[in-house]
Amino acid sequence: MEKTYLDSIIKINDEGYLTDFTQWTREIGEEIAKEQEIEMTDKHWEVIDYIHDKYKKEEALSIRGIKKSGVINIKEFYQLFPGGPLKKATLIAGIPKPKSCI
Amino acid sequence: MGKTKVRKMLFILSKATIENVYAAFIMANGARMEGIESEIFFTFFGLEAIQKKKLEHLHVATVGNPAMHIPTMLGGLPGMEALATKMMKKEMEKLDMPPVSEFLEILSDSGCKLWACKLAVEMFHLEEKDLIDDLDGILTIGDFYNRADEENTQMLFV
Repeated sequence: MEKTYLDSIIKINDEGYLTDFTQWTREIGEEIAKEQEIEMTDKHWEVIDYIHDKYKKEEALSIRGIKKSGVINIKEFYQLFPGGPLKKATLIAGIPKPKSCI
Repeated sequence: MGKTKVRKMLFILSKATIENVYAAFIMANGARMEGIESEIFFTFFGLEAIQKKKLEHLHVATVGNPAMHIPTMLGGLPGMEALATKMMKKEMEKLDMPPVSEFLEILSDSGCKLWACKLAVEMFHLEEKDLIDDLDGILTIGDFYNRADEENTQMLFV
């Protein structure tokens, strides 16, 4: 599937996740966040940076990892990305949805 | 992403074997991760999972558990449960599954409500100080049913 964000045609899967990370830009992340009714702040971007870092290192994301990240605690994480934080944060970050059960 | 139809998952945990405790924890945490509310009501032996002194010493059941694939009589030998538990914990660590105390912290921080059953607390002569600090309270089953009295709520007995 394809979707247009800011005049760019972006490849996505049926859940809206980008299938080609190289197409991702911060501005596109911002647009996806808006669709999720999330207003991005510096703290949000800090989390996205952490997620990108993990993604580049090919390390799995988990809620336990967030707890140990030193970037954010779990309570804040749920406040920043309400309604499924890891799901939403990875959507905005332009990487695949985590497959882990924990 | 579509709005989920299940809004709230309530779990009743009545057992203290590791496999049951983790099943409830993983489902309750998984619900929160999907944007679904979740709560756990600890009753009878399930209370062991929220007793400060006991929660890190839960065991897997080696007797009466055909999935262990060892003869029941062997499963009953001294040290067998401890050995099987040690092996299982090692596997869980490999998958980055947190130990019970840390898992409870994660659940509480994620907004999962943790309740102790009043009747069971009285039956085992427990006091609030015996239970984890993150506990949200001690409830009767009636109180717990009231928390289920909403649309799109599911209740599961573990």
